[in-house]
Amino acid sequence: MLALLAGLLLPACAPDDFSTDEKKIIRSLSLAELAPLPADPSNRHADDPPAAAFGASLFFDRRLSGDGQVSCATCHKIDRQFQDDLPRGVGVAQTDRRTMPLAGVAWSLFLFWDGRRDSLWAQALTPLEDPREHAGNRTAFAHHMAATYGERYRRVFGPLPPLSHLPADAGPKGTPAERAAWRAMAAADRKAVDGVFANLGKALAAFERSIRPPRTRFDRFAEAIGRGEEPKGEAAFTALEREGLKLFIGKANCLECHNGPRFTDDHFHNTGVPQLEDAPVDRGRARAVAELLADPFNCLGAFSDAPAAACTALRFMRPDEASMERAYKTPSLRGAAGRPPYMHAGQIPTLDDVIDHYSRAPQAPAGTSELRGVVFTERGRKALVAFLKTLDPVDSSDP
Amino acid sequence: MPAQSETGNSRLVKSLLGVVVAAIAVYAGWNLLAPPPPQVDVAYNTVSADGLYQLMFETDVEPIPVGQTHSWVLTLTTPDGAPVTDATIRVDGGMPAHGHGLPTAPQVSTNPGEGRYRIEGMRFNMGGHWEIRIAISAPPGDDAAVFNIEL
Ligand code: HEC
Ligand code: HEC
Repeated sequence: MLALLAGLLLPACAPDDFSTDEKKIIRSLSLAELAPLPADPSNRHADDPPAAAFGASLFFDRRLSGDGQVSCATCHKIDRQFQDDLPRGVGVAQTDRRTMPLAGVAWSLFLFWDGRRDSLWAQALTPLEDPREHAGNRTAFAHHMAATYGERYRRVFGPLPPLSHLPADAGPKGTPAERAAWRAMAAADRKAVDGVFANLGKALAAFERSIRPPRTRFDRFAEAIGRGEEPKGEAAFTALEREGLKLFIGKANCLECHNGPRFTDDHFHNTGVPQLEDAPVDRGRARAVAELLADPFNCLGAFSDAPAAACTALRFMRPDEASMERAYKTPSLRGAAGRPPYMHAGQIPTLDDVIDHYSRAPQAPAGTSELRGVVFTERGRKALVAFLKTLDPVDSSDP
Repeated sequence: MPAQSETGNSRLVKSLLGVVVAAIAVYAGWNLLAPPPPQVDVAYNTVSADGLYQLMFETDVEPIPVGQTHSWVLTLTTPDGAPVTDATIRVDGGMPAHGHGLPTAPQVSTNPGEGRYRIEGMRFNMGGHWEIRIAISAPPGDDAAVFNIEL
């Protein structure tokens, strides 16, 4: 019995060892625990390989823009975690927000920093006709489908509607001339063009669903812990990294929002990030709810393939504006160490400054910050940063 | 023949008992050292604050998931077990320790009868202690109940 006792107690004596609860949490953060790719009932082509291949072509197609220079990949760079390293994305002009990385985006409940879209396909339509991003318009996109992708489009979505009688440039969000041309079109033509536009988004979405978060050193560490083994070799953490992880899941409260295998709770929080001085007032989630409900391309709209009952994100969305003032979607921390600057408009330049932000917990410019402030030792700060670096993708040569 | 076999049986029973006693002792010793077993309750019960109702719920995903929108079926009865079929039910909740509410606004979607109510749009966005508050309005009177959930 004594031997048994000693055997049970000994491992717990290592100073930095993790408790059973902590081990459970560590395992819950591992990529191995990621739920299967959620279905998107609003897009019947979501898991259709030809649609995804078509979407991949569209993602890199610069002719999907007003000036022929901008594609999705202009800002979502394939070799840079599908983001652009800039504080604010730049297309035809500079936008007001930081370009978001796309790994694992198909697991997201709401899209954009403020969640103003409820599906990947509805999201994709937004930059296409934003004057600062692609600055395109709906009839131009439809004509481009007919001219360049007629056969590929037909194989996925069926025949294109008649388009030759329609103006070259028309759309509800473009220049005054484009808007006037759009209003002058027959309602049936507008609806047909909207259908092509929605399909373009559905192909792009099918492609984006294939962008998965890569396995990291942390995952190899967490999988070993999950199996009850001590991580070895590359998977072993340094003392500093272990301390950082312990802080992250413990005293530093990071887990309150950055939890689960994607390190996000898919919810919106005001964390007191400053408002940019040279950009319009940004209310975050508070403004997004009404816009999402009014979006003709949302899950309940005419172009969605989902029965209304399946639109759970939209149907059970919280309407309370006050608590959502300057609340933004919790970003995944996978790969974050390798892609400064940080926050929804690149307000914070480095990880050290991010930790400093969480330590100071400044007052929010509007609404109320949820942060309470954490006292870090010098070593604690270093440890957190060291831990966050273990979430960076490793070389593809790594198993 | 019968006598012999009886002795044999009782000896077997005694030795088995010995093994069982030893096993219980080891198990008890082990239990003292091991962390408490995880909660295995899949059906939760409670009584409303003024004692007007008994509530029970089941979830369509088990165990109750974190980070996944799911549904509950709530069963509402009077204390003597009679189903309450025509209640108006409101659902709210949050994490008392963190001072935040639910990430969604769940609602009763269907009422399949026999005191059962389907609540859709339930979602928990982190592990830990959650409180789900159910406000009930029905002929026996207005009352409220709380479920404490450890995720
Ligand atoms: C001008 C640069 C730019 C271009 C071009 C661009 N994006 Fe983005 N993207 C951004 C920015 C900036 C955000 C965040 C905007 C916001 O929150 O308001 C974003 C957000 C997203 C998101 C949301 C990710 C999430 O986690 O919520 C997706 C998905 C996305 N873009 C896909 C696309 C697709 C598909 C295209 C091409 C049709 C595209 N983007 C074109 C800059 C760009
Ligand atoms: C109350 C919820 C909450 C807590 C607690 C929290 N975060 Fe965040 N985190 C967020 C949100 C929301 C953002 C985006 C805020 C914005 O852009 O305005 C964010 C952004 C970040 C970013 C920038 C990521 C990027 O891609 O721009 C990092 C890094 C980060 N958090 C790390 C941490 C660490 C480390 C902790 C613990 C010390 C922590 N967070 C605690 C919600 C939280």
